[in-house]
Amino acid sequence: MIETSDKPRIEFTPERLERAKELLTHYPEGRQKSALLPLLHLLQEQEGWTPTEGMDYIAELLGIQPIEVYEVATFYTMYHLEPVGKHVIEYCRTGPCMIMGGEEVYAHLKQKIGAQDGETSADQLFTIKPVECLAACGWGPCFQIREKYYTHLTIEKVDEIIDELRK
Amino acid sequence: MTSERPKILTDKTHIPGIETFDVYRKNGGYSAVEKALKTMTPDEVVEEVKKSGVRGRGGAGFPMGMKWSFLAKPEGVPRYLVCNGDESEPGTFKDHWLMKTIPHLLIEGMIVSSYALGANTSYIYVRGELMYVVRILEKAIAEAKAAGFLGKNILGSGYDLELYVQPGGGAYICGEETALLESLEGKRGNPRNKPPFPAVKGLYQCPTVVNNVESIATTSWIVNNGGDAYAAIGIGRSTGTKLISASGHLKKPGVYEIPLGLPVQEFIYSDEWCGGIRDGHHLKAVVAGGSSVPILPAAMLLKTASGEDRLMSYESLSDGGFATGTMMGSGGFIAMDETACVVKNTWNFSRFYHHESCGQCSPCREGTGWMEKVLHRIEHGHGSMHDIDLLVDVAKKIEGNTICPLGDAAAWPVASAIRHFRDEFEWHITHPQEATRPGAIFKGHMELV
Repeated sequence: MIETSDKPRIEFTPERLERAKELLTHYPEGRQKSALLPLLHLLQEQEGWTPTEGMDYIAELLGIQPIEVYEVATFYTMYHLEPVGKHVIEYCRTGPCMIMGGEEVYAHLKQKIGAQDGETSADQLFTIKPVECLAACGWGPCFQIREKYYTHLTIEKVDEIIDELRK
Repeated sequence: MTSERPKILTDKTHIPGIETFDVYRKNGGYSAVEKALKTMTPDEVVEEVKKSGVRGRGGAGFPMGMKWSFLAKPEGVPRYLVCNGDESEPGTFKDHWLMKTIPHLLIEGMIVSSYALGANTSYIYVRGELMYVVRILEKAIAEAKAAGFLGKNILGSGYDLELYVQPGGGAYICGEETALLESLEGKRGNPRNKPPFPAVKGLYQCPTVVNNVESIATTSWIVNNGGDAYAAIGIGRSTGTKLISASGHLKKPGVYEIPLGLPVQEFIYSDEWCGGIRDGHHLKAVVAGGSSVPILPAAMLLKTASGEDRLMSYESLSDGGFATGTMMGSGGFIAMDETACVVKNTWNFSRFYHHESCGQCSPCREGTGWMEKVLHRIEHGHGSMHDIDLLVDVAKKIEGNTICPLGDAAAWPVASAIRHFRDEFEWHITHPQEATRPGAIFKGHMELV
């Protein structure tokens, strides 16, 4: 859900602003809106999610209306429109992963972190989201945490991964 | 035995460090760029690709050389090559594997293909979930540029090319080429009406070619060895090799490069390939070309209706039409043994298409939701016999009535599952308690192999 607010302005850090400026050189003159998806990723990398204030800032950078950013951010599934935990676990719920035993593995995962689909664990460490096919079908079941893929998941492997992240 | 097989995309993938420019170059990499830019005209490159007969490897199977020849070339208007690395079709992970394993093969292919098409700016659109692959490609592009294979006046040829990687944001629909172009322009991924085709009005309303990762990656080999040599591999109009993403209940799931024309039986059971079905189990059904192609019972997959061995080729897989055949699609080969429930898997795929429908066309937006709901109630023991006919009816009303092929892709798995596994659907309705028990296995008259 998108709401306007009086929250403080969000801007890119100097290092990310440099990356944003470099991104704008990828497109022909007058076509800078093309940078929108990569800039939303950059915002999410910095903030952990895509707050409205950050989207407004991106609109300024690109010289477009804020609504043009919101309508894109809400269309694609990767942008988190609400705050999330430190680690966002996005597990593949599509056919090939499910016939490889995904159901059992993911049920264990949810029990282990103490959160259901779309929820964040009480310690704010994990948010869990079901997603569609991650293009790793032969290596399933699988999930990704931010940019990292975890494949060939078993109950034991899930325990190891979560225990490691809790340290 | 393996060494006798033609390897066009995977001949170097076993070499340690092949993801780096130096190792790739030492092993003959970028020789196609040298050959094309120094000794061939762009039209000569197009001609070789046409002669090769290579077909689009993303799923549609349209001849790549012909697609290239449609590109409009108005004076003073830039042209673009966009590589489709949005790979999102359930069951498909070959482009993911290729890009992370040997990124320079794609970059080399992008350079010779861009040269052939007269594009000076090209993009590789990669699904956003694969951000780690985006970083691998960006590093490889920087290496290639530092070595003079990208940028201004490449190898002193006078040809300029800038190549960029663009991440998506998570949307299956962006694998459809016009949706991909919308997304690359920074918009929602709503497919465009065709015509105009991208070849005339594509990215930024300029002439554009969109090709799949695997398709573009083959062009270096074609430039080096000639289109005729490529066409000599394979069978009939299915020339060359194809990457198959094998998943499901196989002993050795993974990505395989097969010569087109390989018998399906051999692909599944030979130790050279998938090594058969996991121990103690039998093959029940296969989705041979990614989630959208018709599912087939094992026996129907292995033999055509006329009793011949079915082959891994565009023609043989579709032999018999939808009555008894399927499609090559993206090469996403999902094998299911007797423990897999066809109703459950069909519901799962329907949920996928409902989730991924962009919402532009009512038959798809509404129909995919209906199919998901009806399948959910059958799977959970609340269905009626009328529901089966309702599903067939909804699928029929989606098919062919949408701007892009997502509607067809959603309809075909449902229609084919009912066509070939109707008894399993009926069992869920007549024996709900038995069918919904955890671990329930349908023991109807289906022929296992």
